[in-house]
Amino acid sequence: MNAYVGTSTSRVDGRAKVTGAAKYAGEFAADRLLHGFVVEASIARGRIVRLDTSEALKVKGVVDVLTHEHRPPLADKDEAWKDEVAPEKGSPLRPLYDNRIKFNGQPIALVVAEDWETAKFAATRVRVEYEQEAFATDLESERGKAKKVDQPHKPRGDAAAALARAAVRHEADYVIPTEHHNPMELFATTAVWNGSGGLTVYDKTQGVQNVQKFLCSVFAKKPDDIRVISPYVGGAFGSGLRPQHQVVLATLAALALKRSVRVVLTRQQMYGLGYRPMTIERVALGARPDGTLDAITHEAIAVTSRYEDFSRNDTGWAEQLYKSPNSKFAHKLVDLDVSTPCDMRAPGAATGVCALECAMDELAVALQLDPVELRLRCYSDRDQSEGLPYTSKQLRECYARGAEAFGWSRRNPASRSMRDGKELVGWGMATGVWEALQMPVAVRIVLTANGHAEVSCAASDIGTGTYTIVAQVAADALGLPIENISVRLADSTLPQAPVEGGSWMAASSAHAVLGAAEEIRWELACLAKAMPGSPLADLDAANVTLTDGMIVNNDRRGAAVSIADVMRHSKLERIEKEKLNQFAEDKSHARNTHSAVFAEVKIDEELGIIRVTRIVNAVAAGRILNTKTGRSQIMGGVVWGIGMALHEETVMDHRFGRIMNANIAEYHIPVNADVHDIDVIFVDEPDDRINRMGIKGLGEIGIVGVPAAIANAVYHATGKRIRRFPITLDKLLE
Amino acid sequence: MNNFRYSRASDLADAIRLLAADPGAKLIAGGTNLIDLMKENVERPSRLIDISRLPLRDVEETADGGLRIGALVPNSDLAYHPLIEQRYPLLASAILAGASAQLRNMASVGGNLMQRTRCPYFYDTTTPCNKRSPGSGCSALDGLNRNHAILGTSNSCIATNPSDMSVALAALGALVHIARPSGQRTIALTDFHRLPEDKPHLDTNLGSGEIIIAIELPPHGFARNYSYLKIRDRLSYAFALVSVAAALDLEGNAIGEARLALGGVAHKPWRSLEAEAALRGQAATPDHFGRAADLLLQGATARSHNGFKIDLARRAVVRALMQAASATPQSQAHKKIA
Ligand SMILES: Cc1cc2nc3c(=O)[nH]c(=O)nc-3n(C[C@H](O)[C@H](O)[C@H](O)COP(=O)(O)OP(=O)(O)OC[C@H]3O[C@@H](n4cnc5c(N)ncnc54)[C@H](O)[C@@H]3O)c2cc1C
Ligand code: SF4
Repeated sequence: MNAYVGTSTSRVDGRAKVTGAAKYAGEFAADRLLHGFVVEASIARGRIVRLDTSEALKVKGVVDVLTHEHRPPLADKDEAWKDEVAPEKGSPLRPLYDNRIKFNGQPIALVVAEDWETAKFAATRVRVEYEQEAFATDLESERGKAKKVDQPHKPRGDAAAALARAAVRHEADYVIPTEHHNPMELFATTAVWNGSGGLTVYDKTQGVQNVQKFLCSVFAKKPDDIRVISPYVGGAFGSGLRPQHQVVLATLAALALKRSVRVVLTRQQMYGLGYRPMTIERVALGARPDGTLDAITHEAIAVTSRYEDFSRNDTGWAEQLYKSPNSKFAHKLVDLDVSTPCDMRAPGAATGVCALECAMDELAVALQLDPVELRLRCYSDRDQSEGLPYTSKQLRECYARGAEAFGWSRRNPASRSMRDGKELVGWGMATGVWEALQMPVAVRIVLTANGHAEVSCAASDIGTGTYTIVAQVAADALGLPIENISVRLADSTLPQAPVEGGSWMAASSAHAVLGAAEEIRWELACLAKAMPGSPLADLDAANVTLTDGMIVNNDRRGAAVSIADVMRHSKLERIEKEKLNQFAEDKSHARNTHSAVFAEVKIDEELGIIRVTRIVNAVAAGRILNTKTGRSQIMGGVVWGIGMALHEETVMDHRFGRIMNANIAEYHIPVNADVHDIDVIFVDEPDDRINRMGIKGLGEIGIVGVPAAIANAVYHATGKRIRRFPITLDKLLE
Repeated sequence: MNNFRYSRASDLADAIRLLAADPGAKLIAGGTNLIDLMKENVERPSRLIDISRLPLRDVEETADGGLRIGALVPNSDLAYHPLIEQRYPLLASAILAGASAQLRNMASVGGNLMQRTRCPYFYDTTTPCNKRSPGSGCSALDGLNRNHAILGTSNSCIATNPSDMSVALAALGALVHIARPSGQRTIALTDFHRLPEDKPHLDTNLGSGEIIIAIELPPHGFARNYSYLKIRDRLSYAFALVSVAAALDLEGNAIGEARLALGGVAHKPWRSLEAEAALRGQAATPDHFGRAADLLLQGATARSHNGFKIDLARRAVVRALMQAASATPQSQAHKKIA
């Protein structure tokens, strides 16, 4: 029975969030709480030769200033600093470890005071002398130093030869700048000292257990010494996957001073955390005259720090989307004197697919083919890299439904052919693709005799709706009204969960809930069978459903026993089950979500002003657990895609190696005026192979394809191909 | 942020006294610019003199039929004031093109005139900047200067004045009334802001002990044929790349008086009497508008990244004049360009 799954259930935490009852990491109170303010390096590379904290220490209310020369011990092996999602290669940042400066904005001291204002003021009194070293922060000027990283996609055929002989060829560089997540909530940690050496750490994170293990290893603590809690997260988008330096600093200070300490980063300081790395994407496509592909090559050159190799799968998405006998992919990194990049919504795909889909559009123009038609001619029913079929792939349906809703058939293929008054009108489209991942997650359910259930799991809800879908799945599986389900998340003492990311949490948590609920159901059925005169006496205990507080025989709906009666009879106040759900490994199929994005832009030709007036995003992502939160996810992705296309860019002055627009007045994201009609279509995609419930996840797919669809619409409107993002009006006026 | 003392001025005389007593003191009105700059350690006042409760919130008609606007009238109140909407819609439009509703609710007229440049180096105390730290150099000359000035620049500074309101005030010929220890004085708004020359640390000609008490608008408000057109990197809530305040008197298709001011292109709102004179007596045609734009932009020079602004400004001037001439001013609510 699905009373909730698949419906548009409102967020169960919505009221708490809009009334302020939901508490975030920087809002937890503690006795005699101290406040830390981070001092950052102002050079890009070198050494601290003198760090004078004497003036800061003189400020009334300052308790201490922690530096590399004055701090409790920190782990001295890289392994100890490697969290669950750290890049394999490299030596993670160790805040306040030594005098080395690796990037501009690196934390070098923590001023701790009785209040935040005093700490902030005293921070201006810390004097630093550096020995500067030559540095480089510009990907384009350092492009020649790119080093190759291992990629899972092996070359197929001979792409170079196929390109050389191709009847129609397109090859170009697409440049996507560095972008920052800018979640609304500032990064914050409140480390609460519990008197006996232990800490409860409230942290803004996408993974409490990841942070907990990390802190234990960095500070050589026993698992019981540190508990990490993060009940609500005001957006993270990947920036909270790794433990960030404020959690290290707050913990360090609490251990040093044996008091509770809160560290909140400023908006500006958050630009010293991870980011979506700038990439230069070179795509080459070789086609036959009939619009089928003979060759695809895709090379990406991305920024990484000098101390860690962060790389994601930018290239290779064509293997999933477009049939081609010859293909070759390469991912390269350039080491720069910057902080390590990190995941940001659809890492790799948001950028890589953007380049691929712009290139496909350019190929369609060269072939004089409709862009949707080109994609259909190249449509691949298999993931070519592994030669696997998909568990499901309703991408054809996405193209059809999206095109229909958009009115694509009325498009005049010629660029500059459509107008609305002074504005040129452009229609563009692109494909989106992401992975359907799933991870082991454990869930505990406690069912009480009064018909309530508490579901708990260490997973985070980073605003995506995990609380809600967990409640929905539990309510349906236990046959209870959703009001009777309470959900506890994001406490490291709760059952195991990985970081929330990669769009894997919906499928992973839902199946864990289902598994635990089924154990409860099994136990109830066994108990019911054993009751004297039970109508379920000779029933297979697996063959029941829980509905409306009853245990019901699946074959004979009339035969039923109330849960309350069973529990009373068995003298049970509660039934508690914890279940770790592991997905069976299945290497026989590829698992992906897909989308088709259609965009309309209107451009004032003289002034270059672009308005994105319509977006239709048709998504195939298996079963949609909650159409309301699901739609919100996709809409959020679309808005972000508008930002990628037109606004977002972290601007650095390479003479200083400093980010010069580290605030949200100057780092532009779309505002309401930039967002018009967004139509989200969920295409039916039954999938009984991927997992029992047919869930694929929705977190990332919403952004993928959007920037390219807009860029392609801009081309259609103006005849100008802008390959350097974001598409600002000066580029159109050139 | 630095520690500072705080005093609330009880009346104007008190404010003037407090200001004279402490050379490191700063006035604070809405605080929307000053507090940001204090958080970045760009402004380090020893004392804040809060003038926000002084009785400078009136909008009154003057004897000659103009309006006198108190320095503390919030930007929102001014934009939606019935007399402004009816008689000076160009000013209302320019104000609404700026910032966000929340900021406009806090921001005062005086603070708006005094807001400082958004040059990123000015905000970042680790980089050289002549405006923030005289003699340290100008990082923008050969740095990130995509949104820097194209007119009236010097080798010391190429920053722009970011105010939208001031652009309309310049076009309308507003006056600035100033109080100082020795009494009061009045200067034209076009003389209020300075060009950088070799003293970019001075944004305006306001003396150190002086307080803006009011703005005065002359009677003629160009309420029929006007437009404020702001071009920016997103459709709202961004500073101008270029903005134009255009106002015309039209007799049929013939231009009488014309006013034209540019924002986002110089250290002050940019007006050219020559350009305006060239429009007088001419037909309202794109050609004549283009000629006026050329005159207005005479002498424009670009650095490495802001060359596009010269052509963009020319196009924007022509469009704004077209909007004004056809009495279809740019709406600040609907972002489609008319
Ligand atoms: C994110 C953001 C976006 C913005 N976007 C725009 C925009 O698009 N367009 C635009 O025009 N503006 C914009 N602004 C700026 C905004 O208009 C100004 O911050 C505001 O007008 C300042 O007014 P205030 O009263 O808050 O000044 P305050 O911050 O209180 O003061 C600013 C300065 O004026 C001085 N001062 C204040 N009153 C007087 C007085 N009576 N006499 C003498 N000196 C005085 C103060 O000492 C201080 O130096 C933006 C601001 C922000 C933060
Ligand atoms: S342009 Fe002016 S404000 Fe900007 S860095 Fe140069 S001197 Fe400073």
